[in-house]
Amino acid sequence: MSDFTVLEWISAVFIVLGIGFMLIGSIGVIRLPDFYSRTHAASKTDTLGILLVIVGLMILEGFTINMGKLAFVLIFVALANPIGSHALARAAMDSGLKPLLFRKEEWDGTSVIADSKKPSIVKKSKQSPSGGSV
Amino acid sequence: MQTFLLVAATVLMVVIVIPLVRVWKGPTVFDRLLGANAMATKTIVLIAMIGYFYDRIGMFIDITLAYAALGFISSLALAKYMTAEAHPEEAQTEEKDE
Repeated sequence: MSDFTVLEWISAVFIVLGIGFMLIGSIGVIRLPDFYSRTHAASKTDTLGILLVIVGLMILEGFTINMGKLAFVLIFVALANPIGSHALARAAMDSGLKPLLFRKEEWDGTSVIADSKKPSIVKKSKQSPSGGSV
Repeated sequence: MQTFLLVAATVLMVVIVIPLVRVWKGPTVFDRLLGANAMATKTIVLIAMIGYFYDRIGMFIDITLAYAALGFISSLALAKYMTAEAHPEEAQTEEKDE
């Protein structure tokens, strides 16, 4: 590790940061309780992680034509990944999957935001998937 | 640097496998699609890293671009298909309503 040049150190920092963001996103996809919060975890951390790793590879590559191609990949990922996540969330919303805060059968009519006093909302979300059933 | 990239690619492979749990046990079909989409987008970086091991970066970056476009289009098509499957009568008259 001690024979890195300065550019290689900078590139290594970018790659480690990007993989860390992707690891956080992967844990969030598993751990979060609702589909929409999982979308929130997956799309943003993935986009930032991929951008950071590709910037690290561009620094490692130097000024060649491959750096230009990596810049095309970067622009495409920065445009396409949020659009894909948005289309998926919109499809879920159109086909009747309610967010966790606003399911009507679990709403007591008074509170808008589910607080920590009612953990039954989190429990019921595992039993009542309503996607595509409307 | 080659050793560092090898370790980074190995860690990235472990990170890619993690959303497979959500694909396996996701309660709705959208959770499964989300897990598959997350895996596909992370694979882009893995392919670009593999290019550095073989010293053929140009070819592997072309593969990366094609894979990114394929994943994006398939994700959009599957999202549209799931919406049309839930509301078959609204999918045909969607242009008139909006």
